[in-house]
Amino acid sequence: MDFATLLQVLDSTVRLATPLLFACLAGLFSERSGVVDIGLEGKMLAAAFASAAIAAVTGSVWLGLLAGIVSATLMSAIHGLASITFRGNQLISGVAINFLASGLTVLIAQSWFGQGGRTPSLIGAGRFTGITLPFAEALSDVPVIGPIYAELISGHSILVYVAFLMVPLTWFILYRTRFGLRLRAVGEAPEAVDTAGVSVIGLRYAAIAICGLLCGLAGAYLATGLQAGFVREMTAGRGYIALAALIFAKWRPWYALWACLLFGLLQAVALRYQNIDLGAFVVPVQVMDALPYILTVIILAGFVGKAIPPRASGEPYLKER
Amino acid sequence: MDKMPAWADAVLVPLISILLAAALSALVILAIGENPVDAFKLMVEGALMRSAGWGYTLYYATNFIFTGLCVAVAFHAKMFNIGGEGQAMIGGLGVALVCLFIPFPHWSIALLVAMLAAGLFGALWALIPAYLQAKRGSHIVITTIMFNFIAAAVLNYVLVNVLRPTGAMDPATAEFPAATHLPTFQDMFATADNPLFRGSPANVTFFLAVLACLAFWFLMWRTKLGYEIRAFGFSESGARYAGISPVRITIVAMLISGGLAGMMALNTTMGEAERLVMNATEGAGFIGIAVALMGRSHPVGIFLAALLFGFLYQGGAELALWTNIPRELITVIQALVILFTGALDNMVRMPLERIFMATRRRNG
Repeated sequence: MDFATLLQVLDSTVRLATPLLFACLAGLFSERSGVVDIGLEGKMLAAAFASAAIAAVTGSVWLGLLAGIVSATLMSAIHGLASITFRGNQLISGVAINFLASGLTVLIAQSWFGQGGRTPSLIGAGRFTGITLPFAEALSDVPVIGPIYAELISGHSILVYVAFLMVPLTWFILYRTRFGLRLRAVGEAPEAVDTAGVSVIGLRYAAIAICGLLCGLAGAYLATGLQAGFVREMTAGRGYIALAALIFAKWRPWYALWACLLFGLLQAVALRYQNIDLGAFVVPVQVMDALPYILTVIILAGFVGKAIPPRASGEPYLKER
Repeated sequence: MDKMPAWADAVLVPLISILLAAALSALVILAIGENPVDAFKLMVEGALMRSAGWGYTLYYATNFIFTGLCVAVAFHAKMFNIGGEGQAMIGGLGVALVCLFIPFPHWSIALLVAMLAAGLFGALWALIPAYLQAKRGSHIVITTIMFNFIAAAVLNYVLVNVLRPTGAMDPATAEFPAATHLPTFQDMFATADNPLFRGSPANVTFFLAVLACLAFWFLMWRTKLGYEIRAFGFSESGARYAGISPVRITIVAMLISGGLAGMMALNTTMGEAERLVMNATEGAGFIGIAVALMGRSHPVGIFLAALLFGFLYQGGAELALWTNIPRELITVIQALVILFTGALDNMVRMPLERIFMATRRRNG
């Protein structure tokens, strides 16, 4: 493999890791507050459809982005209503949201556009296009660093940079602000937060709103950045890979970045090479597809460092009387 | 704390949840510019007014009975087995291997052996998540989700690289030998002057599913193991105090659950397609969640809920055929049923409880 190919694979890694990263951080906010979210997939899908549909109708990708965020946040609100207000089973609520999104997106797409459950292809201002960073052209002749800057770092759409900036921002919010401290506390010991006079329900709804916002960005990037329009089931399990990355990262932001990049790399390699010939034996493409899940199971099993979720995750909070 | 009467808990709460889901579904149909009454009429006509329609409804219901029971066993042990889909895929692999490589003299023997293979393969696919939950504390929901994807990858590999006949394009096995073909309802009930169930896929597996319901009831409410599973689900600490091993119950309950999911593959693989195809499960593993929730994890409820979803599936196919409403409407209904009977259960239950309390106070 030469240098140019390596750069192309890494470039595609960055693109494919972006939706994973958004969704993973979304899950991080939700689960750190004690609300388990296996509905990331559904929220992303809803956002992908809404952003592509609105961008196709209005011709403005920014309105599409807004619609994506609104739709994912609405899905989050349903999850919050079920799992926070009515203290239902958060896992079941997540499953319901995934199916709701999977059905509604195709239903509405068929009703609006009549193209078999997809939106028209987005053109021009209906899509996020790559932005060239300053000096990318000028530096591209410099050996090694030049191509890395011009090919790998420059030329992505704005949402890619937002995703990577979200990592330090999430870290800062969680570990350096009062809100973050309370958010982490509510996921570990909600009764202590309640005793201190802070609203458990309010904090959890706030976390879920952030989760919706980030899932909205993930879905919008998928439909208007990575691809040009919505097709049915276009998230293709990315929500679950993000969930896997979240566990892989043990619910911490910087590790989430590395986990998403790793899983993005696996996707990029699987896309480019199909079966990998290692001389002695051939690694089939299915191994690359399954690897994120296998790695997560190994991590979950605790054979390589134990992944311990926030203590109160999955449990609805009932105020004692 | 006072409770509602048992009949209200078992019948009224699910019924109101279904009505809520149905009302919202009707709104969805209205919103996409179709008439919900006409749509419902068309569904009833296509699924229940002809024997062929019933043949499809019962065929789908067979799948959902198996996957519903699969989820329900785990529910009784207070676990959420979301991996029925993967377990059914691997169960299908077991069925295919048995049917392709053992020369059976008669379908009845083939069915028995394939049943064992399907159950065994499904159970084994549930074993690793069960072991990890019991011994290492890894959450069963996450591991079974992961195992669904791993199962899809395994099946994809096996169908593309191993079992695909040379020269064939689509990822599927060869046709099973004729001796393993199961009798359909048409074979069993149609006569020369009364062609019942023509061309519909319902087959002898349906009776197997009914037997599974009976066995499930017997296991859960008439055996020591069933009692232990329910005790464990009710209170883990209580069960442990009574000398019930949490590790054993977790693993055994998941093995039964996975085995039931695997047996679903008999219906789709051996009964209908007569070969193993890539997407044989068609999401039935997930519909099992809705069925188990709606049926309150009881075999009678599961049977009725599976029939309802069988009707929805066949009716949905009719809608997609004759109107502009795509099949995904059924996914929406399924999501609403899961939402109302599973996650928003308290929303229906709390006001009902209040009404019952109020009437009781007035009378007493």
